Amino acid sequence: MSPAYVLRRILLAIPSLFGISVVLFTVLALAPGDPFGELMTNPNVPASVQLALRAKFGLDDPVYIRYVHWLMAMLHGDWGFSFVSRMNVDILIMQRLPVTLAVIGASQLLAVLVAIPVGVLGAARPYSLFDQIANTLAFIGFSLPTFFTGLLLIMVFSIRLEWLPFVFQSDLSSTGWQWWVDEIRQSIMPIAVLGLFQGASLVRFVRSAVLDVIRLDYVTTARSKGIGERRVLVRHVVRNALIPVVTLVALQMPVVFGGAIITEQIFRVPGIGSLLISSILSNDTPVVMGVTFVFAGLVILFNLIADLLYGFLDPRIAFR
Amino acid sequence: MSRRGFVQRMVAAGLTVPMAAQVLAIGGVSIAAAPRAYAATKRGGGGTLKLLWWQAPTLLNPHFATGTKDQDGSRVFYEPLANWNQEGNLVPVLAAEIPSVENGGLAADGTSVTWKIKQGVKFHDGQPLTADDLVFNWEYCKDPATAAVTSGSYINVKVEKIDDHTIKVIFAKPTPFWADAFVGFNGMIIPKHLFGEYSGSKSRDAPTNLKPVGTGPFKFKSFNPGDLVTGEINADYHVANQPFFDAVEMKGGGDAVSAARAVLQTGEYHYAWNLQVEDEILKKLEASGKGKVNLTPGANIEHIQLNNTDPNKEVDGERSSIKTKHPSLSDPAVREALALLIDRKAVQDYIYGRTAKATSNYVNGPPRMVSKNTSYEFNIKKAIDLLDKAGWKPGPDGIRAKGDVKLKYLFQTSINQPRQKNQAIVKQSCEKAGIGIEIKSVVASVYFSSDVANPDTYPHFYADLQMYTTGPGRPDPAQWMRSFLSEEVSQKSNKWQGRNITRWQNKEYDDTWNASENEMDPVKRVALLIKLNDLVIKNNVVIPELFRMSVSAAAKNLNVTLSGWDSDTANLREWHTA
Repeated sequence: MSPAYVLRRILLAIPSLFGISVVLFTVLALAPGDPFGELMTNPNVPASVQLALRAKFGLDDPVYIRYVHWLMAMLHGDWGFSFVSRMNVDILIMQRLPVTLAVIGASQLLAVLVAIPVGVLGAARPYSLFDQIANTLAFIGFSLPTFFTGLLLIMVFSIRLEWLPFVFQSDLSSTGWQWWVDEIRQSIMPIAVLGLFQGASLVRFVRSAVLDVIRLDYVTTARSKGIGERRVLVRHVVRNALIPVVTLVALQMPVVFGGAIITEQIFRVPGIGSLLISSILSNDTPVVMGVTFVFAGLVILFNLIADLLYGFLDPRIAFR
Repeated sequence: MSRRGFVQRMVAAGLTVPMAAQVLAIGGVSIAAAPRAYAATKRGGGGTLKLLWWQAPTLLNPHFATGTKDQDGSRVFYEPLANWNQEGNLVPVLAAEIPSVENGGLAADGTSVTWKIKQGVKFHDGQPLTADDLVFNWEYCKDPATAAVTSGSYINVKVEKIDDHTIKVIFAKPTPFWADAFVGFNGMIIPKHLFGEYSGSKSRDAPTNLKPVGTGPFKFKSFNPGDLVTGEINADYHVANQPFFDAVEMKGGGDAVSAARAVLQTGEYHYAWNLQVEDEILKKLEASGKGKVNLTPGANIEHIQLNNTDPNKEVDGERSSIKTKHPSLSDPAVREALALLIDRKAVQDYIYGRTAKATSNYVNGPPRMVSKNTSYEFNIKKAIDLLDKAGWKPGPDGIRAKGDVKLKYLFQTSINQPRQKNQAIVKQSCEKAGIGIEIKSVVASVYFSSDVANPDTYPHFYADLQMYTTGPGRPDPAQWMRSFLSEEVSQKSNKWQGRNITRWQNKEYDDTWNASENEMDPVKRVALLIKLNDLVIKNNVVIPELFRMSVSAAAKNLNVTLSGWDSDTANLREWHTA
């Protein structure tokens, strides 16, 4: 793996990002709606005010001119200006990004922590009672959409049992240990919803990867050396079986981001997902462009990371 | 004029005594607001007030507010000269008193109003509030380069400083409704010393846009657009012993049902705003006993509009052109029959519950403006007789027709569950009388947009009937009643920005409206405004259905002061727990 390869991959990402931006901008321009719609229904705001606002933000220009304006600004590092908040898009996104990354990071961690042991144990004794139960739960887990499990958890833990709050607060008043307790209490449900959904599909994948490896001759060799089942599993099987799993985790990041959009809305987590939804609803094009661009960038980045990791874990694969 | 003489004249003009007493407030004779039952004895001590706005404020400069959420967020920190209370009367906030003819505040000819500003009011950074700040707000808003949404209240007036604590608002012509600039939603006052350099095209760069510094009961602490606004008590607040709460927190996001749940069922929050939720659900949540639902009447009305022009004929590139006439809805008998076929009581009982009331009027508040001359009836038999008499005979398919004109209508509204149920009720009874209804529903973001190119917006009105909610937004319907003026017809030439969506044109209406604009006698003016309502109803220009309340939820022990004519947060200083 050479630096030249990394450089080439990054350069290749530029046309993809450009293509993404053209498609997004066109779709947004074709979508109906109006950021100043609410003004129109107010009889005390003269129609001229709304026309002036549209003109000021260039909403009446043809699509291609608006796109060129946006692109030029973006190339200069100017992410644009929100119609609705009247502030710079990059500031808005930076306010929201840490929460999203924390929630996604934690849920991904949860997914891995659940999936690897369960998948490995299931594969070690395929079709045992444990394997059957784990499989059933995994099927249920990835068949239920996150918006459903989210509401289900709220119904059970917030409303019936009254254990957990269902409105996420970005500024907790408590300090010290209490802050950590409150933060965990309010994060458990969003993270569990995302993490278990992700973990469920990962369990299936880990299981089949381990099953593939466990039948290979070198495992039999290791066993016949008499080093004990546990060491065989951990040292010889899991290590090799995890190579495709690692890439899968990275490649699935886009799915997690998609799930986060919905979860953030349900639990009122102030991340970029909920920012995206409210901006789409209010037709705030610059913000929608900015957020989707961040998502696109993250997807491309994680794809690159997946490819690089693959080569790192399995040196037989060469990059040229 | 003595109060008694005034009331007598009102009665002579055909208005009832209780109504007359209410008119007193607006037309120049001030009326003292009733004293509040609760008298605060000390400032603070109430802890944190937690508000849940399911659409969060996205900006905190009141002059840029694109929706009520932004006005509500800004109102935590900024204040106008006066608020509108629930009765539709003015309550002084930053004004020393409400101007009246008696105290010399109102010019008898209606060309100016002089406001005295309360002494000793300080902005949160310690700078005093003076007349210069008010003059600045006027200059800031009227500048087209600022693109202030409040500009409508300021472009047609001139503001002069009389002394440090007195200003004069001068109107271009006699103006009976003088309480617009510096009042209510559009009246919040921003400080000159922080915004002065950022007027006009530089307005977007003002750092204070995101860190408000006002005169309100709470000082700004933090703001994440679309998520959270927090404030802490203003220890220097200009009203003694207020506010009660030590801090305020306004959380946003999510949806209305779960917001209602967080207040009524789990008690995580103290107050939730604008709960457009079915009454059945609200009742169920309320049953858990943690909170109560507040119903605040304003004058918003769910109504059905009848198109006066032909939506199926294209003239000069537009349908529903003012050059056409609707083939069947132009017949007054058909319009009356339709009015008889709308079962308003059923819509109230089965769809909206406590949150709306069936009505026969277009103007439903404040009470002093509401006509007593109208009534409504649901009577299929009567409608059938009317149509028979007018020569609309049932055809082989059961749908009435005259010649080749059929009584078959396209009925559109936005996608919203109660509205679709409402459409079904209308369709059912119309079909019983031989009127065919085809139902159409449009996504709200399209229907309520000003997109010139999209034919499905409500101002295009490319349908025979349509239904939505509208309201005056202030306790004076004059501006709102422009929506039936001939000059306001919504059409291609004005990019469908005209307010007259039904395209009804009537000389008597236009004349009455113009007369009301120049009528300085409050009694006669109210009579004229009521006549406008009656003309709309008698001609069945629109069929009013329900008068809708604004619905909010509050914790059981929280006492809130709300007004259907002002922001939900306008009186935050008075909120307290029992």
